[in-house]
Amino acid sequence: MNWMAIWVTFKLASLTSGVLLVVGLPIAYWLTFSKWRWKFIVESVVALPLVLPPTVLGFYILVAIGPHSPVGRFYSDVVGHPLPFTFEGLLLASILYSLPFAVQPFAAAFDQVDRRLIEASWTLGASKVKTFFKLIVPLSAAGLVTGAVLSFAHTLGEFGVVLMVGGNIEGQTRTVSIDIYDEVQALNYAGAAKTALLLLAVSYGVLLLVYATNRKVWTVWPQK
Amino acid sequence: MAAEMTIDVTKTFSGRAPIQARLRYAVEASTVLILFGPSGSGKTTILRSIAGLEWPEDGRIQFLSRTWLDTRSGIRVSPQDRLIGYMPQDYALFPTYSVAGNIGYGLGALASHDRNKRITEVVELFQLQGLEAAKPRELSGGQQQRVALARAVAPRPQLLLLDEPLSALDAPTRLQLRGELRILLKQLALPSIIVTHDWTEALTLGDVMAVMDEGQVHQVGKPQEVFSRPANAEVAQIVGIETVVQGQVVANDNGLATVLVNGTTLKGLGTDVSGSAVYVCIRAEDVLLEQAGSGVISARNHLSGCVTDMLPQGVLVTVTVDCGFPLRAVITRGAREELGLETGSVVVAAIKAGAVHLVPRSG
Repeated sequence: MNWMAIWVTFKLASLTSGVLLVVGLPIAYWLTFSKWRWKFIVESVVALPLVLPPTVLGFYILVAIGPHSPVGRFYSDVVGHPLPFTFEGLLLASILYSLPFAVQPFAAAFDQVDRRLIEASWTLGASKVKTFFKLIVPLSAAGLVTGAVLSFAHTLGEFGVVLMVGGNIEGQTRTVSIDIYDEVQALNYAGAAKTALLLLAVSYGVLLLVYATNRKVWTVWPQK
Repeated sequence: MAAEMTIDVTKTFSGRAPIQARLRYAVEASTVLILFGPSGSGKTTILRSIAGLEWPEDGRIQFLSRTWLDTRSGIRVSPQDRLIGYMPQDYALFPTYSVAGNIGYGLGALASHDRNKRITEVVELFQLQGLEAAKPRELSGGQQQRVALARAVAPRPQLLLLDEPLSALDAPTRLQLRGELRILLKQLALPSIIVTHDWTEALTLGDVMAVMDEGQVHQVGKPQEVFSRPANAEVAQIVGIETVVQGQVVANDNGLATVLVNGTTLKGLGTDVSGSAVYVCIRAEDVLLEQAGSGVISARNHLSGCVTDMLPQGVLVTVTVDCGFPLRAVITRGAREELGLETGSVVVAAIKAGAVHLVPRSG
């Protein structure tokens, strides 16, 4: 088994779901509680990676962070090397690609929180930020776990985006799914089978965790 | 600056009558204002606007010297900064917190020692000892109500807002807690505003009462005055109790109470009262008028008196009879002619004991 690829994959998935926990929460909060009439535009953008082929998404990310774009130029000016075909570039692409897998469960959990509880918290002097951490987060715990775990699992299995943005650099951007593809190309079925089984087991375990914790989401009290 | 509360707000809803409420009343240490009206009259919206949870498009809300809302000068004080205690109709207890956690939720500004001290104090005041660690879902309805009230009161708010505080309870608990709430509100010495559609609650708990209907405030006054002297036909229709007078229970025999009202003795149902000071409440349609000197009937109360006023309303006439206190009866025009009633006529008013409602009042 290619342990380096496994390490890169787990590092990528952990960082992706970690970043999404930080970045996804405010986005989900805004999507849930904003009364802006055009917010569906943002909702659709967030959901886009669900339907877009990974190659299309990967292509645009590649162009966006490439040396011909202001973002790409800025990055290479500051850091000293370009963003595409590096682990950081791959991380950025993974975050965008898994965004709906984190934001949607977060938003669904926030939506389940009774508004009257939030209002009661405000009248007790708790600011919106305090209300978020003291009340909304504990009440949406199951949804937050779901979002983090789903984005982790989704990143484990990504292929198209990795190929487009990351390339196939050992120790940098070669992930498990690419490794399996390479093994099959090289007709090394035994190696591919072992890695595939590992990915299957981990993914299944992760989903078991999601569905087990989600049982609780529907017994939130008081009922609406 | 006069110690008063001024509310003058406009809020429109699609498909509903707009709310255009104006209200002003004097606030003392423990003044209880009752916002009274049928459901959909806008009383909850007004309460929520006072709490800062609803934003009227136009208007002004001023409590004592503080302006909470003034759309003209762009003042919008957030609910966090209004220092209010708010109890919504379904209590909205935090399910992830224990009883003590709920009560301590609004005490974040205190050091942990002072905070625990205040929690203990409030737990004792609301008789919640032994339940500190319980989660809200493990509590009975009455206990939940007390926790919600305790949570609202713990941060020592300047104004307490209660939305239908007793409506979620079953009838016996409601009766018990109504009495407790009255004592508690006086004990807390905290101005409060209570939304209710129950006239017995309005009489028992209120010092001032505002009657609302279709988004407008129709009358503001002492509850007893509003009940016995409604400003217009709408208010009379909403309150529905034409005679409200103060009485003293002198005897209570198995729930049949004997009440003295300004020298006149009445029999009424006394199952809901414990003290002796009561309001005697009688609906005009429950009063029969008969000619003086006619036969014996089953009604417990026969009060003879002089007709002091007659107000025709369509086919009906509201007759006021002075039987030691003004008693209102509603009869048909035909009945009035047959009885030959004129101002000054002597009649006997008959009321069944069951139609004489006794509501406790502060002595």
